[in-house]
Amino acid sequence: MEHGSFNDPSQGTFSMTDEDHTLANSIRFTLNQDPRVTFCGYSIPHPSDARVNIRIQTTGDPAREVLKDSCQDQMLVCQHVRSTFDQAVMEFKSKKALKSLESMDIKS
Amino acid sequence: MVSANEEQRTEKIPVWDLPDVPSGNLPAHLELQRTRTVCTNDAPIHTENIQYSGAYASMGVDNSMRFEKFCKNFRVEVIRLGDDEMEFDMVGIDASLANAFRRILISELPTMAIENVLVANNTSVVQDEVLAHRLGLIPLKVDPRLFNYKSENDQPSEKNTIVFKLHSRCEKKSSRINVKSSELKWLPGGSEFALSTEKPTQDSTSKVKTYTSFTCSQDSLPEFSSNPIAPTHDDITLAVLGPGQEIELEAHAVKGMGKTHAKWSPVATAWYRMLPEVILLQEIEDEKAEELIKKCPVNVFDIEDIGKGRKRATVARPRSCTLCRECIRGDDWDKLVALQRVKDHFIFTIESTGALPPDVLFTEAVKILEDKCERVITEMS
Repeated sequence: MEHGSFNDPSQGTFSMTDEDHTLANSIRFTLNQDPRVTFCGYSIPHPSDARVNIRIQTTGDPAREVLKDSCQDQMLVCQHVRSTFDQAVMEFKSKKALKSLESMDIKS
Repeated sequence: MVSANEEQRTEKIPVWDLPDVPSGNLPAHLELQRTRTVCTNDAPIHTENIQYSGAYASMGVDNSMRFEKFCKNFRVEVIRLGDDEMEFDMVGIDASLANAFRRILISELPTMAIENVLVANNTSVVQDEVLAHRLGLIPLKVDPRLFNYKSENDQPSEKNTIVFKLHSRCEKKSSRINVKSSELKWLPGGSEFALSTEKPTQDSTSKVKTYTSFTCSQDSLPEFSSNPIAPTHDDITLAVLGPGQEIELEAHAVKGMGKTHAKWSPVATAWYRMLPEVILLQEIEDEKAEELIKKCPVNVFDIEDIGKGRKRATVARPRSCTLCRECIRGDDWDKLVALQRVKDHFIFTIESTGALPPDVLFTEAVKILEDKCERVITEMS
């Protein structure tokens, strides 16, 4: 999965199978937001094989740890998105139910 | 000898350390560049997102995303929510994540769709393959989370296959009939077609082998006993039968994903647009205001009375702006009106095909992105 030099853990290219822009682009964003990362980019070497290469260079921390942390960060973000969304939907539904209840009261 | 006064003059002071440069805040023009896409007459500018955490380090501004900061700024507001359509605002998130959710909604959420069609008889004018393709595109009202994927060498079972029967005949001397999707009848017990390779057994009590091997009837399962499986819409025309024509077939639906074939996509479409922002750079009054209102094809502007018979243009409905740029065309109008998009405000619309409600689809999509991240973590450790 990992290509890159064994001497210098602070940089590496990670090759992921069965992934595309969906994961690679969002991970690139999360990685770029990490202050330890000096460079990050991704490429899809050939459109007909399902594979992305993610290149990471850091200020000194091991690249694979930084990548793992970024994945962890992104999971936290996703969880927050999910809970916020669920809450918004619930609020909307209860508001709608209340409204229909009120209109029923007016009619009766 | 150098005097103290001169020494001070030669000392280099970075421009951002000057007392009149605000620290911790970006100058207005950079903040605009960072948060807005500006639509000018010839092309939009500042379309790129500044992702790098140290982009503004020299100005003492931290561009990295702190989770706490994200939590504080992120919000969701539901605008519309129906059985198969919803619109909501997602504010405070980067386009790369919003786009990941959109891509997952379209191509990586599983649904059930008809994949194999066993045609026993088809004398209609619609060819078998065309009919099979049409059947495949019918959305089915069934929760895909209750089923497993069926791989190449799996036996079709009650856990991975749904079987429908279609038998329709147009009697001779009657008029033509339309075969609708409502005629697809769910067979909870599995296929009724006997395998042709199977030799007829002498023992009449033994069960005839069919194209599926269900161990139990699907309608005995608690999930399906109360809501039987059927197409979402029962008025989709599948074929037209002339007098004497007949179709008899069995359709087997399996679980799949939109990236294999669009028939498995759970959404008709899922899209987002960034919030449009219309700003009047100067007061626009009287005739000029009337002219502005006439210019806009989607009726974004309104006129307000400011007394003494004078009128002023206001931005009443910026959300409906399509950024068509009619209002900034010609005669220095671009000095009066600015058209922008807010980069981190997404108006998300999801149109479900009916298998799952749109709000459930979105939460499922977010879960899939989480799973992807988790997969990377487990593969690396």
